Amino acid sequence: MTDLSALRSDFPILKRTFDGRELVYLDSAATTQKPVQVIEAVDAYYREKNANVHRGTYRLSAEATDAFEQARAKVASFIGSPKSEQLVFTRGATTALNFVAYGWGLHRLREGDRILLTVMEHHSNIVPWQMVAKLTGAELVYLGLDDDYRVDLTELDRVFDERVKIVAVSGMSNVTGARGPVAELVAAADGTNAIVVVDGAQLVPHDRVDVASMGADFLAFSAHKMLGPTGIGALWGKEERLEEMEPTEGGGEMISDVGLTESRWAPVPHKFEAGTPPIAQAVGFGAAVDYLDKIGMDTVRDHERELTAYALERLAEIPDLRVYGPRDVEGRGGAVSFELGDIHAHDIATILDDHGIAVRAGHHCAKPLMRHLHVPATARASFYIYNTPAEVDRLAEALLDARRVFGLA
Amino acid sequence: MSPLDELYREVILDHYRNPRHRGSLNGPHVHAEGLNPSCGDEFALDLSVEGDTITDVAIQGQGCSISQASGSMMADAIVGRNFDEVEDMIRKFRLMMTIDEGDNPVDPERPGAVLGDLEALQGVRKFPVRIKCADLAWTTLTDALAKARANA
Repeated sequence: MTDLSALRSDFPILKRTFDGRELVYLDSAATTQKPVQVIEAVDAYYREKNANVHRGTYRLSAEATDAFEQARAKVASFIGSPKSEQLVFTRGATTALNFVAYGWGLHRLREGDRILLTVMEHHSNIVPWQMVAKLTGAELVYLGLDDDYRVDLTELDRVFDERVKIVAVSGMSNVTGARGPVAELVAAADGTNAIVVVDGAQLVPHDRVDVASMGADFLAFSAHKMLGPTGIGALWGKEERLEEMEPTEGGGEMISDVGLTESRWAPVPHKFEAGTPPIAQAVGFGAAVDYLDKIGMDTVRDHERELTAYALERLAEIPDLRVYGPRDVEGRGGAVSFELGDIHAHDIATILDDHGIAVRAGHHCAKPLMRHLHVPATARASFYIYNTPAEVDRLAEALLDARRVFGLA
Repeated sequence: MSPLDELYREVILDHYRNPRHRGSLNGPHVHAEGLNPSCGDEFALDLSVEGDTITDVAIQGQGCSISQASGSMMADAIVGRNFDEVEDMIRKFRLMMTIDEGDNPVDPERPGAVLGDLEALQGVRKFPVRIKCADLAWTTLTDALAKARANA
């Protein structure tokens, strides 16, 4: 197995203990822990370079601006963007998706147009589209899942017609771990009027992404799910799409001229970055992609695939445990949702917490998916570069203890 | 007993797996619903009332063992009680769960001060994030009781 355990010493929080038990952090799909390289980059920025960006004439402001724009270049290059200007800093993936919905969708959708989604989307890739559909008269159509929890494309020909103007799909489900059919949907949209928006919040942190070969029009992702700070994420777009897109927020930094009744926008990407941006967070984001680049995203993916395979094997040994997600690690990531007997997910999470293991329980901001699966809630373990097979073993032991506590043993 | 075993006592698991008074009432009744938005747990309650006495109760809901067992035990405990006794019970329960401070003490001699099976929920106190689970049924009951009093 790809051994990344030496990295663990870079993550100060992994030294924490609860009741004498070393923390086993299995909630990286919610947010990842931060390596000291990211923490120190943010700290160093505040100690040495802090000033507002893009407007000071003094040298310190120029240094802050350089640091901010260098971070943009790093993140853009991390996803294979031809130009760094195609990378808009946002508050996170949610804001990025809202920018597309309100900045592009609202101005182009007409009554009767369709937005094509999948039932495995996170709320952040459903709710903005519902809001914009309500304002425009567009309608939402959904692709369902097959028996292996993957998006079912057999219905694609039926639902994909000239009315579809936007296809919004997750690159990877935060619940089942299944990869979304991005390539297939990009191919289906090719030659039509539809654009493809990829929610990459769970994809970009876990696999190599190259926007040029992906072929989507927009890609949204968050820094905090890939070792970076909270409060920052990114929207990447094709140049012509970003030119077409209207800003959703007005204010300072995003204009080239302001009159009494009208204003003109600054060029892309600045027209989408109203107000003082999260500068220190951008610097931390840059440090996070540096860290991931150093490991190599192929290694990140392989490690996670091996660990997920091992977890699926260990979980299969536990009686009454049902995994909601693809059985094969090909085409899936390291989010593993499950139920155990009649033990409610929150009770599982409490018992695991008692063992020092942090997992998520609930609907995972994917209520349509939970209804589709006919479960009120699941427990979810999700893995990242710092997780080890020994931690998977502790998860398995704790789940056996949950059976004992609930009298299932 | 470990804190975990104290939390998930047999009586709690029994009420979770075999909830009492589950269903809804047909005759005239007051209805109240509660929701913990952070975890999605749901609880609903029908109370049938004669004068100031709760003559029948039915509960619905879905969620974790603590929220559902708390509701089932509560339903068992309030049938046949009058409003004042139920209010004493709510106060006593919240004191036990450390939700309320002791500025509203309940006379231990009053009938509503006897929690019986419900005392099994004391183990929840060691798990502060789960106290809101145990309390869901009781906030719903408080709501239902206010409606019943308004009707009376």
